[in-house]
Amino acid sequence: MMAVWAMFVADRLVHLSPVDLVIVAFYFVLVLAIGFHLRGQSNTSEDFFMAGREMTAWIAGLSFLSANLGALELMGWAAAAYQYGILATHWYWIGAIPAMLFLGLVMMPFYYISKTHSVPGYLQLRFGEASRTLSAVSFAFMTVLMSGINMYSMALVMKVVLGWDINFSIWVSSLTVAAYVALGGLRSAIFNEVLQFILIWAGALLIPILGLIETGGWANLKAQIAVNASSEYTHLWSTLGSFNDNPMGIHWTGIVFGLGAIISFGYWTTDFLVVQRVLSAKDLRAAKMAPIIGAGFKMLVPIIVILPGLLALAVLPVKLTGETSAVANGGHSYNEVLPLMLARYCGPGLLGLGITALIAGFMSGMAGNVSAFTTVWTYDIYRALIRKDAPDQHYVSMGRWTTVVGVLISVGTAYLVMQFASIMDYVQALFSFFIAPLFGTVVLGMLWKRATPAGGFWGLLAGTLSSIGMWAWVKVDHSALRYVALSPNARDMAENMYRALWSWIFCVVVTVVVSYLTQPKPDRELVGLVYGCTEIPHESAVPFYEKPVFWGVVVAIIFVILNILFW
Amino acid sequence: MRGEAISIWFFIGLSLLVNGALIVGAGVWQLIYPPEHPVVLVSLHASLWWGAVLFLCGLTYCLRFRPGRAA
Repeated sequence: MMAVWAMFVADRLVHLSPVDLVIVAFYFVLVLAIGFHLRGQSNTSEDFFMAGREMTAWIAGLSFLSANLGALELMGWAAAAYQYGILATHWYWIGAIPAMLFLGLVMMPFYYISKTHSVPGYLQLRFGEASRTLSAVSFAFMTVLMSGINMYSMALVMKVVLGWDINFSIWVSSLTVAAYVALGGLRSAIFNEVLQFILIWAGALLIPILGLIETGGWANLKAQIAVNASSEYTHLWSTLGSFNDNPMGIHWTGIVFGLGAIISFGYWTTDFLVVQRVLSAKDLRAAKMAPIIGAGFKMLVPIIVILPGLLALAVLPVKLTGETSAVANGGHSYNEVLPLMLARYCGPGLLGLGITALIAGFMSGMAGNVSAFTTVWTYDIYRALIRKDAPDQHYVSMGRWTTVVGVLISVGTAYLVMQFASIMDYVQALFSFFIAPLFGTVVLGMLWKRATPAGGFWGLLAGTLSSIGMWAWVKVDHSALRYVALSPNARDMAENMYRALWSWIFCVVVTVVVSYLTQPKPDRELVGLVYGCTEIPHESAVPFYEKPVFWGVVVAIIFVILNILFW
Repeated sequence: MRGEAISIWFFIGLSLLVNGALIVGAGVWQLIYPPEHPVVLVSLHASLWWGAVLFLCGLTYCLRFRPGRAA
């Protein structure tokens, strides 16, 4: 069996048969058909940028999750599971669920009642134009660059896995996304994201099913991993008492306070890429339910992402290594674990569906980036700073053109990264600078009515600059890690978490201090924006099982049980 | 002017229906002509039962959300 396996993966990772290619081609036809079908339903700016605010909780919730479930996310975390074991699950559970529930139950009423079109738009209503501009410009700039980086990474994966030409992958996928988003706006992006979500599950779920059959169940899988790697790889919390006791080199305080309390809340509650999907909900109850539905499914994603990585530790006859070593020695890298597992179990047809799932994941992430960029550019930069009083049709046209231009900038970034690979590390670091402080600013704005416009702006700026400062400090002097990440042994992920925590604290402290030194807005100007000044509509008329808070509690209980089960 | 809106669930059903049919077809082909380099657990015939599951789910959604039928 090992000889057959080695032959199969020797040339390229997978070899598509005609039926696989038909499945991939059918996917492209279908997403374009959806875009064409919806082109007549995006004639107003509310339609184009907010999907008419008529999405059901299910569609908004699945889209909310799918926009984050990119191919790099799938393959990256499967690779992390192979490399670090079940610890990677933290990014799906404590690194997502509490934040999603908080968004649905606490923050969504303010986003929704304020009728804002975007997160920077909320900052404008709450703190004024300066905060909005700072947030919008940084978000638009980073989103479109990230989109390009993801595009390049995906094209590289397609080259390694399928032998496809990088230029072909970049142009075909990006032009498809540009076409269906420009035609149907956010509605088209959302509909395709839901389709992509289903395809991702349909294409990837067989790996854990067949993997568990092959290994003989979870208990046998754990035993095999203990032999091939270490028993630490299958414990979620019990190895986090020390930086040196687990494969990730991280302490539980970093996971709980850095990841669970700051990074995840920053991403899931203020990154407009995901929040935009929820803002499209048809009413407040749907808007509150959408993140809770997303949280329910998010808890299941480790089945198709983490479990394949763990299964690979047990069943793959080859040892995967880091990218550099793989290139030097001709082996396979961690990042190839998901395609390798696909090739292991999926024959013709199933393989096409699995590859379609990866392509779908990539395109949903890219469409999310592009549609969020388009909205922030049009509403928060173009309309706010360049042309305030144009007719509605003008902004719709601007949105369509911005979609195309955003995709072209992404393509340009992809080619730039192809020439200068180190840009990727810098841009990813830059993106992380804004997330944690933005959460500090938004959450104080929503929950503390004493926060002033000056406090909001200077807090956001100070938090962002402090994050950049800490990053640069460690770059220049690596020994600074002992201060930034509390340990000289901390690895990159741990450093990111502690940096996020410190920058959030900087943001909050500066916001509070400056707010006490400046004049607050009167309560009447905070109606619909701040807790204590806003009347939240009651849901007494609906039965308990239709209330968001009920499902929020259900998800929270399952979340706790899962963490205890895999302790 | 808005045309008649087709439910997203119909498109999803269509996708599962077509993919399921293709995968079942590929599974049957493999039964008749066994591959030279079989995948692991080929004896479970995953193409047949997984393809059938997708096909039936797709068919259900296509019928339930077909254009012209009130959801």
